[in-house]
Amino acid sequence: MKRVFPILAVFTAALLSYALYEALVAAPTEQTMGDVQRIFYYHVPSAWTAFILFFVNFFASIAYLIWRNTKADIAALVTAEVGVIFCTVVLVTGPIWARPVWGIWWTWDLRLTLTLVLWLIYVSYLVLRRFSSSGQTPLLAAVLAVFGALDVPLVYFSIWFFRTQHPQPVVGGGGSIDPRMLHVLLINWLAFSCFAALVCWSRYRLEALKREVDETLALEALLEPRSAQTKTSRSGSAG
Amino acid sequence: MNYLYAAYIATWAIHIGYLGTLVRRYSRLRNEIAELKARIEEK
Repeated sequence: MKRVFPILAVFTAALLSYALYEALVAAPTEQTMGDVQRIFYYHVPSAWTAFILFFVNFFASIAYLIWRNTKADIAALVTAEVGVIFCTVVLVTGPIWARPVWGIWWTWDLRLTLTLVLWLIYVSYLVLRRFSSSGQTPLLAAVLAVFGALDVPLVYFSIWFFRTQHPQPVVGGGGSIDPRMLHVLLINWLAFSCFAALVCWSRYRLEALKREVDETLALEALLEPRSAQTKTSRSGSAG
Repeated sequence: MNYLYAAYIATWAIHIGYLGTLVRRYSRLRNEIAELKARIEEK
């Protein structure tokens, strides 16, 4: 496994570089919006990656609720954290695209508002995990994640079922896309998915190691007073 | 064109910032492990 990680890292770096080249140079320029449309090659794959991560978080949380499995709990934490990073990218790149195209940075449109709510739910999840020291924290976080995941389909389908200002879906929806643009979009999605997998892997290893260290420290703290007590009682009986 | 570059730079700033926090957490944990090892060896 130790060898797979650097290979995947090199592959991901190469793929991200190629995807960047495709997005900035090779993709055709959109006629109405011009170059600013190229933001779409980072915005949309980041949103899809965030959705996938939140879905993994949902299944890992369900698994934790059923089996109380530590690995599932770590997977839930990791995917929520990385998912929030990708969702942040979506919320930052969206307004940067909207300013020149719509003339405003933000509007309380259904898709935008639901995405912000989604981000807030998972930030609350991470805050709960970070600052609660209760033994019930993983359980409470898992329940929050299960309810939080309900917002993901709402965000995705909001532009299908409601009239919103957000552009219509170009893949699987009512919109259409140039095949060359679709190719660049999919390459970027693949690149960001590999990147997300790599980051999740590192974060998972870090969390597993941290828990091991914490357990060892707790064990040490438990044993420490006992050994000190034994020494004191021995010296007392000797005197 | 400025908006395009701003979006791409912002994306990578967010990702690199997050990777930076991971590196910091790794090095903190490595120090903790080294301290723990030293304490165990002392005993």
